[in-house]
Amino acid sequence: MYIETEKISLNESLVDLFNSNRSLLLRASTDHVNALRMQAIDQFKKIGIPTKKDENYKYYDLDPVFSRKYDVHFSRKKIDFNISDLFKCDIPELDTDLLILLNGWYYENGNHDDLMKQGVVMGSLALAAVEYPQLFEQHYGRYADIKSDGLVAFNTAFALDGIFIYVPDNVMLERPVQIINIVMDKVDSMVQHRNLIVLGKNSKASIVICDHSLSANQFLTNSVTEIVASENSSLDYTRVQNEHNGAAQISSTFIHQLADSRVSTNTISLHGGFIRNNLNVMLAGKGCENNMYGLSLSDKFQHVDNSTLIDHAMPNCTSNQKFKGVMDDMASGVFYGKIFVRKDAQHTHAYQGNNNILLTDDAKINTRPHLEIYADDVKCSHGATVGQLDENAMFYLQSRGIGSKEARLMLMTAFAHEIIDQIKVDPLKDRIYDLVNKRLRGELSRCNSCAMNCN
Amino acid sequence: MLKIRNLSASIDGKMILKGINLDVNAGEVHAIMGPNGSGKSTLAAVLTGRNLYEITEGQVTYLGKDLLTMAPEDRARAGIFLGFQYPIEIPGVSMANFMRTAVNEIRKFKGQQPMNASDFMKLIREKIALVEIDTKLINRSVNEGFSGGEKKKNEIFQMAMLEPMLSILDETDSGLDIDALKIVANGVNMLKRPDNASIVITHYQRLLDYIVPDFVHILYDGRIVKSAGKELAVELEAKGYDWIKNHDGDE
Repeated sequence: MYIETEKISLNESLVDLFNSNRSLLLRASTDHVNALRMQAIDQFKKIGIPTKKDENYKYYDLDPVFSRKYDVHFSRKKIDFNISDLFKCDIPELDTDLLILLNGWYYENGNHDDLMKQGVVMGSLALAAVEYPQLFEQHYGRYADIKSDGLVAFNTAFALDGIFIYVPDNVMLERPVQIINIVMDKVDSMVQHRNLIVLGKNSKASIVICDHSLSANQFLTNSVTEIVASENSSLDYTRVQNEHNGAAQISSTFIHQLADSRVSTNTISLHGGFIRNNLNVMLAGKGCENNMYGLSLSDKFQHVDNSTLIDHAMPNCTSNQKFKGVMDDMASGVFYGKIFVRKDAQHTHAYQGNNNILLTDDAKINTRPHLEIYADDVKCSHGATVGQLDENAMFYLQSRGIGSKEARLMLMTAFAHEIIDQIKVDPLKDRIYDLVNKRLRGELSRCNSCAMNCN
Repeated sequence: MLKIRNLSASIDGKMILKGINLDVNAGEVHAIMGPNGSGKSTLAAVLTGRNLYEITEGQVTYLGKDLLTMAPEDRARAGIFLGFQYPIEIPGVSMANFMRTAVNEIRKFKGQQPMNASDFMKLIREKIALVEIDTKLINRSVNEGFSGGEKKKNEIFQMAMLEPMLSILDETDSGLDIDALKIVANGVNMLKRPDNASIVITHYQRLLDYIVPDFVHILYDGRIVKSAGKELAVELEAKGYDWIKNHDGDE
């Protein structure tokens, strides 16, 4: 009963936070955004932050993460930092079009003239709502269902800015777009940004998101990203999560695919105190392809929770999921994957796999692959494994003079290889390969706890 | 080089080796023969440091050092090589990366600098020719998708790369056709030097037509029951293992 009371007061205090800042929130946004905001807070009052009673959140209690005291900013706060310092701290430096999010706010960083000529829009979500109302309103809030998850409602009620990307019909971006999402402050903060990515028909883009914490404070990020892939468009979407042990990140991504579109996501969870990734895909047109890959490497008391939902609503679509995890020390992880094949989605091909290595007796994984099929002419399969490093392989490497530490590292890297190999941008693949190697060698955590003293 | 004294070992409480005595000197080739379950592979595994077995009695010294207290990788660095009966597939680790790591770890142990990329490739090309395997296999994952013959040739290739002092080849001939057997045997013979030695473990005499041993030992029920020159293999082939079983009973 005690926990129940506490829970109610947490949700109430979050609603109070909204009410006492309502005028600031409403003043900052367009009518369309605000109308959704008001619906969302009403919805949040009903469902609140998910608890372990929610099937989808049963393995991790969010209460401690939300009950900390955080500062919440309702307008942009000035933070001094130098863009060139970013790359000293294990963020891949690539030939990309760079967008920066600082504590959830778009950070002005030059323009993208050559892309603008092609009609591409990249920048602040808040600004896009004003400058491209028709395009914006056609999509914003359409895919992230506030009824499905209290965290989505919470974000929709509070979000003020984030990244907006629009790639017009028939435009293929040559360079990847890199979004560096930084949390950095002198006080513990809660950040709730919102991204919207719209790909026109026959367009193509590659997007890389690097999540990074650059000060030693405690952070909670609750972000929502909506992605629309129009007919015959193609998107590669890679996310590298690299935050410190005091950072909690909940990232909900809603992907809406129209006919013949191809979307591949790759979520690499390198480091973070608590990471929750919700990946929801709606295959809303015929002939879509969705590939969803994930790799999580965790140690100490870290927790990585991947929850996926692939909704096969239309026929002739293919989806392919593979998530892998390596858990060391007391780390824990969850894979909760669901494939939903609707009655009309004939000729669906769907696969879902989850493989885990536990390096210690105290490390833990809960894995729940799940299929729900209402069509009769489909090919679906799923599988999960949990194991240790292969003793025979270890001995084979050692018998050639390779030390046990190096041999373990080789086997862990090999395990991760299958996922990293799916990244289609070669320089990025190489950099992530390096980062994973560094992570497995234990060299990344030092950088993470450095509070920017990395040079 | 290698002195085995009264070596006994068990797995899950079951005694497999029951007091092995064996001396191997530089320049010698020893064949160990015996029926299935006699302890041949256990002996190879115990000598190379597989931790599945409990050593219950005895000593092994290698180049004057107590071998049984050394980690598997340290035994390899000191020059011991095991040719696996069933080579392990390691998806995601390329042969090139595997061999480069192994060669450089052994060089580091000897106080040498790591080998540069072009010298390393040269070494690979030189050694791979010895066993007649496709150089493309170097870019593949270790043993993954290799045929049975390729796996065994790959063992000899690794042996050639690492230039061990003492090679222990555990049923390298099993599952090989006669052409592959000749290639494997030829590789072993080419690597023979006055300062190194081999222990060739085999079930059949066939391999010994190509690798001529200086000594043949017959292992039965965890003991070496008979040792002689190469003629013993021929005698064993003619009389079969029942001869040994009965012979053992007589003693």
